[in-house]
Amino acid sequence: MKLIADAVVVGWRRPLTPPLSFTLERGKTVGIQGPNGVGKSTLLAAIAGEAQIFSGVLLRPPTWRIAWLAQHAARPEETPYSGEELLAAYACQRHAPPQRLAQVLPRRLDRISGGEFQLLMLWAVLTQGAELVLLDEPTNHLDHEHIGLAIEEVQNVQKERAILIVSHDHDFLATVAHEVIALSP
Amino acid sequence: MSMLFLLPFLVGLPLAFALPWLGHYLRLRDEWLAALAVSQWAGLGAVLAAALEAPAVVGACLLALLAVLGKQIFAASGNSFHAGMILLGWAASTLMIANAPHGEAWAKAISDGQLYFAGGRELAFAWLAASAAAVFLPRWAHRLVVARFFPEHEKANRLPGGSWRLGFDVLTAFLLAAAIGALGLMGSFALLFLPPWAAYRIARNGFSAIVLAVGLGLFVYGLAFAAALSFDQPFGPTLTLLLALVCFVLRRR
Repeated sequence: MKLIADAVVVGWRRPLTPPLSFTLERGKTVGIQGPNGVGKSTLLAAIAGEAQIFSGVLLRPPTWRIAWLAQHAARPEETPYSGEELLAAYACQRHAPPQRLAQVLPRRLDRISGGEFQLLMLWAVLTQGAELVLLDEPTNHLDHEHIGLAIEEVQNVQKERAILIVSHDHDFLATVAHEVIALSP
Repeated sequence: MSMLFLLPFLVGLPLAFALPWLGHYLRLRDEWLAALAVSQWAGLGAVLAAALEAPAVVGACLLALLAVLGKQIFAASGNSFHAGMILLGWAASTLMIANAPHGEAWAKAISDGQLYFAGGRELAFAWLAASAAAVFLPRWAHRLVVARFFPEHEKANRLPGGSWRLGFDVLTAFLLAAAIGALGLMGSFALLFLPPWAAYRIARNGFSAIVLAVGLGLFVYGLAFAAALSFDQPFGPTLTLLLALVCFVLRRR
């Protein structure tokens, strides 16, 4: 089974992206790169059924579940929930997390750093069990060391998932993606 | 405890157990203002029922359900809608109280709560509402957490999220309607809001926040029941005052 995009143009009220073509199947990671406003995040929203398809074809296998890391992950100012509880609620599979992340899991989500929270959310969507993983700017809020951990997280599970990553971070995409598509206005 | 006071105590007990638990999830959803709006409308329903010589708990339930229906329809307006509901509910109930022959007595009943006058109907309604909370809240717990941290999850996976959300709102209406008559409007809201407010600050994790909030609710309820009886004070304000003091001290720890 594959996700197939064939000359697809997506947007909200009007077409935003140039025509895009790619395929995505289990074990493949595709990166989307491009300047702000070119419609990278809108493409993910279209795959999730939120944004509109104006032309072309976008076929998503109906049995595929989606785990989606949004660009601005929802982090309440005050919450008692721990990382372990978040992973349990999201029905994440029992992959062993990277050592550095494992230390964070018992702590409350409002008492870890922004980078640790981003790594935890990334780990949650990668191990949730969904066939298709959509990552929108997963290296946001991450310093150099954390980006290394994010790469480790993606590489841990990418053989079992179809992963589509939108990112400004060229080095990150070059490391984890099998194919990088550059979008231009 | 005298048998005379056992029945009122047993009416409030399940509410002191279930309201903080529900309040934990309302806080997670950032919907505590919506709960105040539903409380206000439940209060209006109780006043309306009194005017029609119907059981207060039935009127409270109907208007609380109307409030959650409005919340479902105007969900996109968020807190602005809830603030409007609070003001509308307050204005309508105050005008009814001002123009009815027994209005002052109704106002006092809604403000103080009628715990010591509660009977079999209130007992049954309180235990039914608390039992519904005990059945459904654990069932919805994971969905509530996922909806908070991954708000796009249900839509992206074409999952029918509407039914459990509506169920959660109906449970809120049902529980608040059961509580308003017995504990008073602010007493009910205090049990819903204050224990989770304190527990969110000091608990080690989400589960212990629920345990702490429920424990606080039960402990202060018992304390307030004894204090109101001993010092011949109205129950609702006594409960609210003690909850506010205890929870404020705990949050400042």
